[in-house]
Amino acid sequence: MDLTARSGEVTVLLGPNGAGKTTTLSCAQGLLRPSQGSVTLLGENPFRAGAELRARVGVMLQDGGMPQSVQPRALLNHVASLHQSPWPVDDLVARLDMGDFLRTSIRRLSGGQKQRVALAASLLGRPEVVFLDEPTAGLDPQSRQTVFELIGELREMGMGIILTTHLLEEAQKLADSVFILKDGEVVRHGSVAELTGANDAGSGASPGAARRMLFTASRTLTHREIISAPVSIELDGGTDNAPGAAWMTPSLTGPTQLRELAAWWELIDMMPVEVRMEARTLEDVFWEVSVS
Amino acid sequence: MTTPHAPLAPAPRPAARRILSHGLYETRNVLRNGEQLLVSLILPLLVLFGAHRLELITSAATPSIDVITPGVLALAVMASAFTGQGIATGFERQYGVLAYLATTPLGATGLILGKAIAVLAVVIVQVVVIGTAGMVLGWSPDPVGLVWLGVVVVLGATAFTALGLLLAGTVRAEATLALTNVIWVLLGAAGGSVFPLDHEGAGALLLLLPSAALGEGLRTASLEGSFPILEALILAGWAALAVLAARRWFNWR
Repeated sequence: MDLTARSGEVTVLLGPNGAGKTTTLSCAQGLLRPSQGSVTLLGENPFRAGAELRARVGVMLQDGGMPQSVQPRALLNHVASLHQSPWPVDDLVARLDMGDFLRTSIRRLSGGQKQRVALAASLLGRPEVVFLDEPTAGLDPQSRQTVFELIGELREMGMGIILTTHLLEEAQKLADSVFILKDGEVVRHGSVAELTGANDAGSGASPGAARRMLFTASRTLTHREIISAPVSIELDGGTDNAPGAAWMTPSLTGPTQLRELAAWWELIDMMPVEVRMEARTLEDVFWEVSVS
Repeated sequence: MTTPHAPLAPAPRPAARRILSHGLYETRNVLRNGEQLLVSLILPLLVLFGAHRLELITSAATPSIDVITPGVLALAVMASAFTGQGIATGFERQYGVLAYLATTPLGATGLILGKAIAVLAVVIVQVVVIGTAGMVLGWSPDPVGLVWLGVVVVLGATAFTALGLLLAGTVRAEATLALTNVIWVLLGAAGGSVFPLDHEGAGALLLLLPSAALGEGLRTASLEGSFPILEALILAGWAALAVLAARRWFNWR
């Protein structure tokens, strides 16, 4: 596994459960000693990190790592006291809208509230690098939005952010760099544009250049017609095979295939109501990788 | 070059401040925890009053309260250092708190030293409260022996904290909860802490137990005013064993 994250960027680790995301993060955080290979965090070995290095790194663990019987206010004040010039606790409390539950013991908080406490705790030292393991798990859509906006601000401040998430749409919006993991290995990596082939010429030479094409059928297609299509087509998003159904080609690699599709429409005598090309999304790439 | 608007370079507080801060934080958490207070103070006080009233320990030579009070102190130290810290740390490990704190500037070493401060602070509270209660009931320890009593309390707290942490770091939190409570009751009732050992015959072997070494050590110090060398060595041995074992087998997650 070869994986590099830079400061001032959001690096997203994607992968099915058990792909090795949390293990990778644990090695980078110095909680696990890698069985082989090396990890460098801000130029040092995280497993032997001293307080100076740990002060420059913020960590939000997947399970939160929060003491259950303590109130958020006491915990945040305590973690702040470990740093020379911490992020003012009240400012983080306001940004993450935690005022209502500061004096409730963490045991009694909802999952989303606990997540926000853990996120705030990871940022208290104003770190240069922050590791966020599923920072939006269990959050309602509004809090999720707040967290992603905050992550954008952290990037503006020059912080390096390494996060894992299952929200591919958010990852696509936010990520500067994406690593897709499977069975403990990086199977794809690059910017979102590189992974989805959005900027590629579409010559058919590289599989990354693939586009998605959607067309709306004017009538029901017979089974014989569907299997006679020059590229594989499938119904998009669970619509029924009926007039007005949206059909999709998951991966169209060049103009030749477009011409073949047009010839096929002529053959089966069907004029699509609507035809649309779009860049593939991170989700398409993710599923492609997960299934293969 | 720095400008007022330049981002500050993140830096940790000095180590001593971090450790003290964590010690105070842990002490507050213990003193606020009702269950821990019950085991650390209320139950030992009940044993003190109960054993005194029922005259469970009688001896021709010494008034019973002089024998009971150091024994109850031993019971209390075991409760806070072994049962209290063991359970708290076991659940902190289960919830990932140990892992999280290890990633902060506190680190693993600061975490352990901070816990040691908290145990000492709680033990001081226990000695003051139980000692005062004992004196009200007539306890009159040897004045010089009180110094040795302090030394044995610290040794005992160290040994039992190390044993509690060893358990917390190696078995599940629920198992730590059950084991530390059961062991505390057994050692308290039959392990030579509250009730003096019979030094004749096989019973003398019980002195090798940390509970007996602590109880006998505290009784020797407060009754005779001398330093209990053998008991101190046994406690130091248990502490060293537990620390070595913890270094080998302690799991942070």
